[in-house]
Amino acid sequence: MTDAMYIQLLDLACGAFLLTGVLVLWRRDLSAIVWLFALQGVALTAMVIVLGVRQDDLELILIGLGVGALRAALLPYLMRRALVASGEARETQPLVNVATSLLVAAVLAMLAYAVSQPLVRLSPTPATQAVPVALTVLLIGFFVLVTRRRALSQLVGFLLMDNAITATAFLTTSGVPLVVELGISLDVLLAVLVLQVLTTRMRAAFGGTDLDELRELHD
Amino acid sequence: MTGVVGAVLQVIVVGVGSPLLVGVMRQVRARLEGRAGAGVLQPWRDLRKLMRKEPITPRGTGWVFRAAPLVLAGTALVVAAVVPLVTTASPLDGVADLFAVTALLALGSVALALGALDTGTAFGGMGASREMTVLALVEPTILVSVFALSIRAGSTSLGSIVTATVEDPLSVISPVSVLAAVALAIVTIAETGRIPVDNPSTHLELTMIHEAMVLEYAGPDLALIEWASAMRLSVLLGLLASLFFPLGIAIADAGVLALLVAVIALVVKVGLLGVLLSVGEVFMAKLRLFRVPELLAGSFLLALLAVAASFFLA
Repeated sequence: MTDAMYIQLLDLACGAFLLTGVLVLWRRDLSAIVWLFALQGVALTAMVIVLGVRQDDLELILIGLGVGALRAALLPYLMRRALVASGEARETQPLVNVATSLLVAAVLAMLAYAVSQPLVRLSPTPATQAVPVALTVLLIGFFVLVTRRRALSQLVGFLLMDNAITATAFLTTSGVPLVVELGISLDVLLAVLVLQVLTTRMRAAFGGTDLDELRELHD
Repeated sequence: MTGVVGAVLQVIVVGVGSPLLVGVMRQVRARLEGRAGAGVLQPWRDLRKLMRKEPITPRGTGWVFRAAPLVLAGTALVVAAVVPLVTTASPLDGVADLFAVTALLALGSVALALGALDTGTAFGGMGASREMTVLALVEPTILVSVFALSIRAGSTSLGSIVTATVEDPLSVISPVSVLAAVALAIVTIAETGRIPVDNPSTHLELTMIHEAMVLEYAGPDLALIEWASAMRLSVLLGLLASLFFPLGIAIADAGVLALLVAVIALVVKVGLLGVLLSVGEVFMAKLRLFRVPELLAGSFLLALLAVAASFFLA
């Protein structure tokens, strides 16, 4: 792979990663949000595989495929199942309206760029230069987590953050060891499964997953 | 020399062709909706009919009302001469860069909005206020998204941005270009008042933005406004095509033959974009007015991310 092509492919994957993260803020349809999350998983996979091919590292490529299987296939599948079971199609009323949250995302992108500058300056390679993208998605994920009301879209916020952390890890180091990545992935899977059980229980107990309505204690 | 000829050609092609573009788009819509349609030449027939009518203005309106159509058409013609559609070597390019083009487009919109306010009717005021709501997010988005592209070229002159793309066509496949292209496409739709932002073919008070502003115009004034709106549509579509798919554009010192090829390429590209837009319109519903700022804020964010990405991923 030539230098120019490597940079172009890596940038394209990072661009898609960022775009899907931002579009999650835009859409209200929960099924569309799950789709976007799956696409982001594909972009993350492409990023890791491009890095792996560049470094001629078979282990990294395999890790990339594993990441793809988990984040582009298994997690979206689990979320879609939860979505179908819940019958709630829309994020009705986010705490911050969509237009404002899009503008907040712009500010978050600037913030991510500012704080990641020292990190990029340590070793300015094409991969580390993409770190602000990952940090932007991290902040956007956090923003989704704190401003959405439905349990499922909060879960997407959490997973966006996790995607971004994985992306940062791969971009800053020359490859995360298999054991570490395996541990993280299993952790995330476990968290999603636990949250899925939790949402099912919530719905059974309260008839909905709007977290703002869960203020009183029930017995 | 080719620059001057090219600029004149651009103005002629845009001036003559833009009503035809509108005609093609209406015809495509009509066919897809199962109607026969009025034919591609219908906008020109409408313009001819309007030009023959007696110019009248509502009682109580002043010079602002009468000047607005002229300013709108004038700015559209100047933008058509400046923007690199046929040639990148327009003689006006040195004085009219990206900021001047955006300002000219904004000047036309503001003139029309002032003209609408001058009538003092409820519809005029409503249309003007809605137009300003849209404009406030559209203009910065055009500026920022083209600015993202200009970082790569190292100049804010539209001609040199397009020349840089012609020299290195693969550079279009980068996140910067993709983000900027999406943002610019959305604002083009908003600026020209097409679905999903505005419906160009209704007189329903709930939906109209552009229509509400031109309700009081009649005769030659209305013809000028319709013509200018068509020109703005084709210039913006042409700009979109030139920035992201500059195939066939005559660069500096190209011969007359290259100019002819460029004109044909321009007509084909803008025609395709127009058909694509009208096909999209058939399958889409208009957004609620209160959802429009969401769409535009989204496109502004994309444009800003394009600028950010051109620094991130340098």
